[in-house]
Amino acid sequence: MRALLASLVAIVVLTVVLGFGYPALMTGIAQVTMSHQANGSLIERNGTVVGSSLAAQNFTSPRYFHERPSATTPPYNPAFTTFSNLGPTNPALAKLVKQNAAAILKLEGPYNPGLTIHQIPVDAVVPSGSGIDPEISIAYADLQARRVAAVRHLPLTTVQQLIKEHTVGRQLDWFGESGVNVLNLNLALDGLGGK
Amino acid sequence: MGQGIGQILVYAAVLLALSYPLGIWMAHVYTRERGDVVERGFLRLLGRDALEDQNWKQYGLSVIVFTIAFSVFLYGLLRLQGHLFLNPDHLPAVPWTVALNTTASFVTNTNWQYYAGEATMSYLSQMAGLAVQQFVSAGVGLAVVAAVIRGIAKRGGGVGLSNGLGNFWRDLYRSIVYILLPLALVLAVILISQGVPQTFHGHATATTLQGAHQTIARGPVGSMIAIKQLGTNGGGFYDSNSAVPFENPTPLSNFFEMLAILLIPFAQVVMFGRMVLARRHAWVLYAVCFTIFALGVSVAFPSEQHGSAVLRNSGVNITHSASQVGGNMTDKETRFGIANTALWATATTDVSNGSVNGGHDAFTPAGGAVPLINIFLGEVEPGGVGSGLYGLIFYVLIAVFVAGLMVGRTPEWLGKKIEAREMKLAALGALAVPTMVLVMTAAAIVTPAGLASVFNPGAHGFTETLYAYASQSNNNGSAFAGYAATDFSTTLGTVALYFGRFFPLLAGLAIGGSLAVKKVVPASAGTFRTDGGTFGIMLLGVIALTAGLMILPALTLGPIVEGLMH
Repeated sequence: MRALLASLVAIVVLTVVLGFGYPALMTGIAQVTMSHQANGSLIERNGTVVGSSLAAQNFTSPRYFHERPSATTPPYNPAFTTFSNLGPTNPALAKLVKQNAAAILKLEGPYNPGLTIHQIPVDAVVPSGSGIDPEISIAYADLQARRVAAVRHLPLTTVQQLIKEHTVGRQLDWFGESGVNVLNLNLALDGLGGK
Repeated sequence: MGQGIGQILVYAAVLLALSYPLGIWMAHVYTRERGDVVERGFLRLLGRDALEDQNWKQYGLSVIVFTIAFSVFLYGLLRLQGHLFLNPDHLPAVPWTVALNTTASFVTNTNWQYYAGEATMSYLSQMAGLAVQQFVSAGVGLAVVAAVIRGIAKRGGGVGLSNGLGNFWRDLYRSIVYILLPLALVLAVILISQGVPQTFHGHATATTLQGAHQTIARGPVGSMIAIKQLGTNGGGFYDSNSAVPFENPTPLSNFFEMLAILLIPFAQVVMFGRMVLARRHAWVLYAVCFTIFALGVSVAFPSEQHGSAVLRNSGVNITHSASQVGGNMTDKETRFGIANTALWATATTDVSNGSVNGGHDAFTPAGGAVPLINIFLGEVEPGGVGSGLYGLIFYVLIAVFVAGLMVGRTPEWLGKKIEAREMKLAALGALAVPTMVLVMTAAAIVTPAGLASVFNPGAHGFTETLYAYASQSNNNGSAFAGYAATDFSTTLGTVALYFGRFFPLLAGLAIGGSLAVKKVVPASAGTFRTDGGTFGIMLLGVIALTAGLMILPALTLGPIVEGLMH
């Protein structure tokens, strides 16, 4: 009985302090000092929000660099993230890899004569963890560069330069792995003008 | 792989460097006689239960009553969220089976998730329901271990001396105010600076470059993720947990989140050594835990980098190079690559954290066996905040007992005789949960209702099932996430969660209570030393032989068969 009484008081106090006080304090600090990050790292172009630098979006047009495959419904859904959960021996994984590789060969083949499946990096054909991985490997960006350059009538070197500029290296030159932020790269491409 | 190994070594070095001073601080927190003025006010407010020295039964009763009362509160909140405030995206009530499982999951420091947070839980449920439990369940664990350690440390047996283990409410207060909350404040700021959202605004909507609509879930994420990582909780704001860029945006946020997984668990071993005045013994335990951790990483990392047969045979390029990470990138994120995902998977299951930054279901057979084995050993390497350490103590007692049999003396540990009562409790504490896991897995694998949850075909589906009940019973919370929520799986899981929490907890407290009243026997030439390498190897052997052997038959049905097929 005494324990129950103490529990009830503790529940109220702890919920108020930890459930409201703490997150409200953090929100206050965050909104005042780091509002860009705190609101979802949103990117605006001409006054409209075009996405978040932390979320992949569905690029299907040949004018754009494409993202890694996504297992969410619909693909690249930052409101319902999910793994693919495909086990290492699941035949569905083998089928998915095959399909994705075939699609890439069909799309990039015409711009990369002699392209074979052995040149496709693994991250291009398997789903990411979140389904909204904002980055692709440098290898996958390089693979798409010729197509994007050709479709946009840009010199290949210009596109390659943009890839370099939007490559996120290891943080502090040590932590994590390098990748290319696809949305930022595509925005930069659009920013170049031209067709 | 070299640079990846370098990243892992830096992680280990920083972990060592920070856990030591934190452990000293924690020992100070739980041994200080007089509390601060707020503490005294808080305890007076709580009434008589909070003002007296409790024996192990009274302490355990307070823990149980508090947990049940909080369960009722949380369940109500989840069911009523549709009618309450801070629900900008108008999410309806959580279905009752899922609400029940989620309640059990969060009050037991597990955070198994049969739901997708960003699409199921209102901001109110996330921050005032689930995240509160992430503090409280961790605080309860730390409080209990502090009590158990006091029992061990007591120079008891004297006339007129109290046999109490401390007071639960005071320990809970100190765990939260002096350990969890300060660390969470710092970590939350670091995470938000890296890009974790912290806002009360609802979903953002974007018009993508190709003109489509995209809904971006956000909310008070940073404050939750900080305590989720620090309190060995693991339950994320988003469904894909710390793989989601909003929960874990950069390699640096990843580093700090991983550090938070093991920081308090390793620090509590240091704390233990100081509180029982046996620092060398504690360092032996620390070394054993670290060895198991290192072994895990050294299997998981190369296995994942080597990739699965499906990927190798597909013809795509999985070779590591300057322009790609390669390896098994299925359900892994580009910015973390293989090393950081394998390291995370090992760390999160060495303790009862259970957060993930990549999908364990998609790991290679050997890579996925590492977290499974870690969980099955009871997460004592060095385990969840609080719960892991008393889990480890069970094994220590068994090791001491076996050593005593070998040299033909009554086993002693830290100056106290280990007798039948302690041995029974330790054996029960160490073996009851693994036994329950095997029984539940069997039940789920022979019934159609259980099989309905399985996602992947063949041996991997068995591993999914085994992992689900091992994870819930041991209060880990990570998953082979293809395993689906059904009425059967959520209900069985709820039982596993509560039992797995309270059975070892009470066994641990009972051992503390039992040792508290024992007289100290001076060490003699015949005393088996527990502060050297011999004991460390002995302890490793005991862990491998008790829980390790229990899982071996199940491993052959799951990951081993899959690895051979592969």
